[in-house]
Amino acid sequence: MANYWNKEIECMSREDMKKLQDERLVAQVKHVYENVPYYKNLMDKKGVTPDDIKSTDDLHKLPFLTKADLRDAYPYGLLAKPLSDCVRIQSTSGTTGKRVVAFYTQNDIDLWEDCCARAIVAVGGTNEDVCQVCYGYGLFTGGPGLNGGSHKVGCLTLPMSSGNTDRQIQFMRDLGSTIICCTPSYAAYIGETLKEMGLTPDDIKLKAGIFGAEPWTEEMRREIEKLLGLKAYDIYGLTETSGPGVAFECEEQTGMHINEDHFFAEIIDPETGEVLPEGSKGELVFTSLTKEAFPLLRYRTRDICVLSREKCSCGRTLIKMSKPMGRSDDMMIIRGVNVFPSQIETVLIGQGYAPNYLIEVDRVNNVDTFDINVEMSEEQFSDTVKEIQKKESELVEAIKTVLGINPKVHLVQPKSIARSEGKAVRVIDKRKLH
Amino acid sequence: MFIKQLSVFVENKPGRLTEVTRILGEAGVDIRALSIADTRDFGILRLIVNDPDKALAILKEKSYSVTLTNVIAVGINDTPGGLNKAMEILYANNISVEYMYAFISKTDDIAYVILRVDSNEKAISALEENNFSLLTSKDIYEM
Repeated sequence: MANYWNKEIECMSREDMKKLQDERLVAQVKHVYENVPYYKNLMDKKGVTPDDIKSTDDLHKLPFLTKADLRDAYPYGLLAKPLSDCVRIQSTSGTTGKRVVAFYTQNDIDLWEDCCARAIVAVGGTNEDVCQVCYGYGLFTGGPGLNGGSHKVGCLTLPMSSGNTDRQIQFMRDLGSTIICCTPSYAAYIGETLKEMGLTPDDIKLKAGIFGAEPWTEEMRREIEKLLGLKAYDIYGLTETSGPGVAFECEEQTGMHINEDHFFAEIIDPETGEVLPEGSKGELVFTSLTKEAFPLLRYRTRDICVLSREKCSCGRTLIKMSKPMGRSDDMMIIRGVNVFPSQIETVLIGQGYAPNYLIEVDRVNNVDTFDINVEMSEEQFSDTVKEIQKKESELVEAIKTVLGINPKVHLVQPKSIARSEGKAVRVIDKRKLH
Repeated sequence: MFIKQLSVFVENKPGRLTEVTRILGEAGVDIRALSIADTRDFGILRLIVNDPDKALAILKEKSYSVTLTNVIAVGINDTPGGLNKAMEILYANNISVEYMYAFISKTDDIAYVILRVDSNEKAISALEENNFSLLTSKDIYEM
């Protein structure tokens, strides 16, 4: 018997949901047009006014927003409320230059936490549960989002944040955690550690896990389920729209229900920008219907996926999205962190290496490996190993500062990395995530 | 009193070393002495050759990372304790050795040690004061 956090919304008829979305969109476009000069300008350029948007059927007339817009408008350019109405910011990982700052009113936070509460209830969470949140807390949305959702449901919430795995396992055992929220790779790591400690899933009480913030496969799902003795569920979100809880998996485990009363989803052709019919594979675009402080209209996520309105056995009528099947840009998610090859290029040039490199990403024992082949340059070469290795560790340190994760750097001979005509191959991703 | 040592960046991959020796061989460069410092991913091939400038130009042309470093070549009596005498002098003068390698001449009972130290000037005067003979570039080329 399925449980719902908000049955009225989650099981709403298509007609009623469309009506709700239409009303909200019309109001939202007006709100943005009046309060966000940056977006008003984009609409004016396209010759669209709020009057042209009478329902979600008109959404395609609106201009897109991209990560580049967020950078251009940093920090306040897309803010739609006075700062006095805002109570919080959250931010994405990445360099200072590529950082995205999202603002929240108290109402925005309530609605976001509400979305997370739906996700927790969908995996069987109630006020009887002990919910261990081991997503990072702080600027990252993972910890705060699930923490808030867990409070709403009434779970006993363990705000663990990530890391200190022995302590995670100790609390899990001592307090009988029944739900865990973290990245899938960290879940697998906790599972491995449990095994190394000579413990089995019978020694812990976990029944469900809510895992997101990085791509993962069905194989990994089964592996985690075996290691921790639970059912593993996917969750989707991005800082730009709020954080985790934009979409969540139900007991059927066949894709994520989008909280479409708050986030209107479209699939577009990433080349032409044209909206594709339901069931087509393309880039996912979100329009925030209810956010007050940072309401993005037609934000291009760059995630490639498929939407489906097929009837779900859980009874929810919310549209479902597949697991993202790839990206329409060159962003990679390594150990939960967003990485653009261009960030590495910038560091290499800054440190006196050739901007010619090859990134190799793989997943070994459920942990991402991150190797960068870098060509030795005349400037960095020396006759002593000590000197070369000193410069090499400076490079590793510089990359770590920018990305937040440690790469393994391999120095290779100049001109040994293939130069291709046109678009260079910079990344070999062996993880088979999609 | 320095001689020029050629250092070449070589990746730790099959065939990389052969490529360097092939290039030098085809260019008629004669190798007098060599050593390799190796790490997980790469090695530094250090060479004393009869024509370092030519070798440098040729390897650069083939896109190698190469550099010339001034090192000292000191003659040592090829008898037990011969090398130690030189080392004691360097130590007594507070001179650090970054690396060293040796080769034996074809004709006499002298072994030659190539020294890369933190101060070439200090090392040269200390060794010469103690009557060690140092090779010049000319000596090496004509060896």
